[in-house]
Amino acid sequence: MVKITLENLAHSYLPHPKGDDDWALKPMNLTWEDGGAYALLGSSGCGKSTLLNIISGLLVPSQGRILFGDRDVTALPTMERNIAQVFQFPVVYDTMSVRENLAFPLKNRGLPAVQIAQRIDEVAKMIGMTEVLDRRARGLTADAKQKISLGRGMVRQDVNAILFDEPLTVIDPHMKWELRTQLKDLHRRFGHTMIYVTHDQTEALTFADQVVVMYDGRVVQSGTPQALFDAPEHTFVGYFIGSPGMNVLDARVDGSMARAADMLFALAHRYPALSGNVQIGVRPEFVRLGAGDDGLPFALERVEDVGHHRIVRGRVAGAPFNVIVPEGQPIPERADRVILDPAHTHVYADEWRVDPATAERAA
Amino acid sequence: MDKPVNNRAWLLVLPVLILVAFSAVLPLMTVVNYSVQDTFGGNQFFWAGLEWFEETLSSDRVRAALGRQIMFSAIILAIEIPLGIFIALNMPKRGFWASFCLVLMALPLLIPWNVVGTIWQVFGRVDIGLLGHTLKAMGIDYNYVNDAVDAWITIVVMDVWHWTSLVALLCYAGLQSIPDAYYQAARIDQASRWKVFRYIELPKMQGVLLIAVLLRFMDSFMIYTEPFVVTGGGPGNATTFLSIDLVKMAVGQFDLGPAAAFSLIYFLVILLVSFVFYTAMTKEGETL
Repeated sequence: MVKITLENLAHSYLPHPKGDDDWALKPMNLTWEDGGAYALLGSSGCGKSTLLNIISGLLVPSQGRILFGDRDVTALPTMERNIAQVFQFPVVYDTMSVRENLAFPLKNRGLPAVQIAQRIDEVAKMIGMTEVLDRRARGLTADAKQKISLGRGMVRQDVNAILFDEPLTVIDPHMKWELRTQLKDLHRRFGHTMIYVTHDQTEALTFADQVVVMYDGRVVQSGTPQALFDAPEHTFVGYFIGSPGMNVLDARVDGSMARAADMLFALAHRYPALSGNVQIGVRPEFVRLGAGDDGLPFALERVEDVGHHRIVRGRVAGAPFNVIVPEGQPIPERADRVILDPAHTHVYADEWRVDPATAERAA
Repeated sequence: MDKPVNNRAWLLVLPVLILVAFSAVLPLMTVVNYSVQDTFGGNQFFWAGLEWFEETLSSDRVRAALGRQIMFSAIILAIEIPLGIFIALNMPKRGFWASFCLVLMALPLLIPWNVVGTIWQVFGRVDIGLLGHTLKAMGIDYNYVNDAVDAWITIVVMDVWHWTSLVALLCYAGLQSIPDAYYQAARIDQASRWKVFRYIELPKMQGVLLIAVLLRFMDSFMIYTEPFVVTGGGPGNATTFLSIDLVKMAVGQFDLGPAAAFSLIYFLVILLVSFVFYTAMTKEGETL
């Protein structure tokens, strides 16, 4: 088990990448601490799987280095990196029994039979397949096969890291929840570094201590779930994390005042003159509905009751805008205004958050 | 639920029935007819019962030909199947060279049997053939016309040249259908090259291998044209396989009765072996 460092890493599937768009992964520096539980979150095609395959050595990056501890493993093949990876779709060895499937990685490492048997018992219990250990893997359901894949990923105890590439896609919802809990439990007990790729924020937030959000081949933010919620560094993070995501409005910012939807309102910080496309973002949790002259004009479209709160959907100056109203709080009769909480209103320039502290100093 | 019965539907099957009758059933029944009778020409037939069958089964000549035939099929299966797999494993997976290899591999398959025979007949000749002459110039005593072993080697090499492509192409198709994820998982599991072959590639190729072995067995067991053109069954009877022997018997000696019995036995042997083989392989596939 080691710390994994990515140094100035980038990858393109083309032999001679030219423009920015040719890079599947844009240059990045990133550290995965030893024993961390990470989620790699982002929409399809943003480079998550590419990054994972580079860490496991299935892909050789176009540039940059990968370090396991202090050792440069960039040129090292997968076999020698001793890493476990579970893929999105089940891969089982058809001609082997479930037991042999689970034993395969251990046998390849030449472990003694007694130790193998003991590990298989543990893992079989974990994935709930003790009864079917001696069945042929062929002919099992997709669920069961994926559980075998998961088991094979977890069976080695000495791996440097375990990578999961959307492993629960084919598993039914109930089992999904249970397996996720098992993974979490496994992490607590053995302390493997785990990287879990997903595009499902619930999955990411429940599994990980640290969430890495990727967008368009870039790591846009890496932090605790709380940090991602409180201060999204990129509008994509705001939009992707949260249900519904952050509201974003085009705005003009002048000092500590902002103008959006033809209304002037105060911000919590002073900002210098900003260049590029300036926007403000505020989560639906930090918006109040109102009626009268205060706040931005709001056109209510519908109200969704999701149990412990209600989501009010509508528009501000033509852009979609959502408000979360906690349970027990009334929705005003003629709600035609929204009032933003300045402390939780962020300013974005060209989609990147303007840090209030540095902004104050500059202003 | 009762299905509506409409006997006129049988009429729709009639064309096929007639076609199959003329192309397969009637000729076969003619053979059956000959196999149980004796004839001296002039459409005069005498009932012979199972005499021809008994004669064929106890004939040393037929037994020798059967022995050679089994040996031939065994040798070419033992060479072509592993060689075909080996070639398929080493063919490029994509890009220009993949297409190039495919075309190259398909070429021998497109050449008519008798042309293949003629090519090798000339190729191996000691006086003007490239192969024969070169070997002779190198001091190797090679002559397929006089030497039984040389004749066998020539015919086996010719068949390997002609048909290994088929095995290779079938295996290649089987290999191409294996998703990348299997290879990636094997690398993650630190499997050796041999284990990748044994536990991923071979199981996934099982279906096409079954077809390849069946096709090659049936074809090689019925081989006629190529050895006929190259060696004519010689030297002596060294390369007289079943079908060559059969033609000699039927057309050369005009022993229609024994030849008919011989044909039927020949046919049943191929049918039986193919059936047993197919059943065994598919059973295996289910229990694996």
